[in-house]
Amino acid sequence: MKTSRLINRRHALITGLTSVSGLLISGCSRKLPPTYGNILRMGDTLTYAAHRALLAEQSLAREYSHKDITSFPAIGTTDPGDPSKPRSSETYRRLQSGAFAEWRLAVEGLVARPGFYSLADLKRFPSRTQVTRHTCEEGWSAIAEWTGVPLSRVLDAAGMLRVARFVSFYSYDGWADCIDMLDALHPQTLLAYGMNGQDLSVPHGAPVRLRVERQLGYKNMKYIERIVVRDEFDDGGKNGSIQNGWSWYTGI
Amino acid sequence: MGKYPVLKPREVAAVLPVQTGTIGHTRWVKISHWIVAFSFMTLAFTGFVILMAHPRLYWGEVGNDLTPALIELPISRNHRHGGWEKSAPFFQDAPSAVSANRTYDIFNKNSWGRSLHFLAAWFLTVPGAVYLLAGIVTGHFRRHLWLRVGEFAPRLVWQDLIGHLRLQIQPATGGPQYGLLQKYAYCGVVFLALPLAVVTGLAMSPAITASYPFLSGMFGGFQSARTIHFFTAVVLVLFLFVHVMMIVKSGFKRQMRAMTFGRIR
Repeated sequence: MKTSRLINRRHALITGLTSVSGLLISGCSRKLPPTYGNILRMGDTLTYAAHRALLAEQSLAREYSHKDITSFPAIGTTDPGDPSKPRSSETYRRLQSGAFAEWRLAVEGLVARPGFYSLADLKRFPSRTQVTRHTCEEGWSAIAEWTGVPLSRVLDAAGMLRVARFVSFYSYDGWADCIDMLDALHPQTLLAYGMNGQDLSVPHGAPVRLRVERQLGYKNMKYIERIVVRDEFDDGGKNGSIQNGWSWYTGI
Repeated sequence: MGKYPVLKPREVAAVLPVQTGTIGHTRWVKISHWIVAFSFMTLAFTGFVILMAHPRLYWGEVGNDLTPALIELPISRNHRHGGWEKSAPFFQDAPSAVSANRTYDIFNKNSWGRSLHFLAAWFLTVPGAVYLLAGIVTGHFRRHLWLRVGEFAPRLVWQDLIGHLRLQIQPATGGPQYGLLQKYAYCGVVFLALPLAVVTGLAMSPAITASYPFLSGMFGGFQSARTIHFFTAVVLVLFLFVHVMMIVKSGFKRQMRAMTFGRIR
């Protein structure tokens, strides 16, 4: 009897369509960055969704040996403590003059224990050192050794809540950006305080910069001041990349 | 060389398979041709915009304004790459890697340039993959594009080349069968140049190469892939010029009509 078969064509069709629509609905949830009805942002989001669907979640960026380290241009803001330059900060100048002893990293948002971390606090966490390639969106690249605390350790210590989806970063030179949880919990994502065996220098983002090794250079924010854990995407407003015309996801 | 008889063009035509009778382009060929054509032109334009931000090419994994370039292209004001503060060494030992601060605003339109480049890339890769699959499944490649053993004969290639250099272009057929050099060019673009442009593009992606490190490894590094990507694009743009010139010489209106609406009368 045909009707007694466990799976007939109609069932297969219904099940198939239901599961596909389930995928589509989850694709439309707030895990994706907004497109603003802008065709370029739609393309960016398609690339992001494709990467997240097709690539291995926790694959590591290539790590090099110490002898591969190269010269490294410092671009964008190179000294937020210099009032003669754009994007300077009086607070940063004060912290800089005290060798960042007074610097505190604020960790807030969807965490059980919001608080402040000094440079010494961050250095007490188990550290990670990696020699990786920095790939600038302009087209150049450079290899450096980075030392810092994996971001996941700090988020753990702060007691990140289960509903968390994105981690936002705010810098002393006035930028705001965020990364998704896949990049935030990636083992190579660091709050880096050391570069090439030295303390991180001011041109490269002292005292702490972000390393997101599977994205382009500009996601590796310098001069970090504050971290906010969120359950929704936040584009950072006029301080963020999107509203300045730049793609939010740069794993490309 | 001596064993090949000298052939007149008419005899060459007789040797090549199915030279008589033409078939129009099938619908999927027409659609994919125009999607890929427009996406390629967008990619070439935005690729140039992206290159203007850093018109220096390198070999290996790494290259920047503080390291020597393989080629410096004199495009955009950025090619002089001046405006750096005094460099500071990272290490104590003599030839040390250095750091230097940039002091000038460079030309950089990569915000929309790169987003448009990648949007156009979706229109190249997805319809391109469908085209390749359809070409194999329907036998289009086997019947019209793929070179036969006899067609590698230097004499035949030479005859066709001389004909082209004298601009003795056959009138429009509005589709297959194709001439010999035409097949060489189309095979080169469809099976070599465009796939190479896509793969070298993927080899520059920090996220994709983290999952598939062989992609940049097979080209010798990120900067090598970027350099090959550039030269592949140059070859493709040259192909586009010659292709359009051949269309003009063989009857622009008839050819355009054939590729857009269907077979010509």
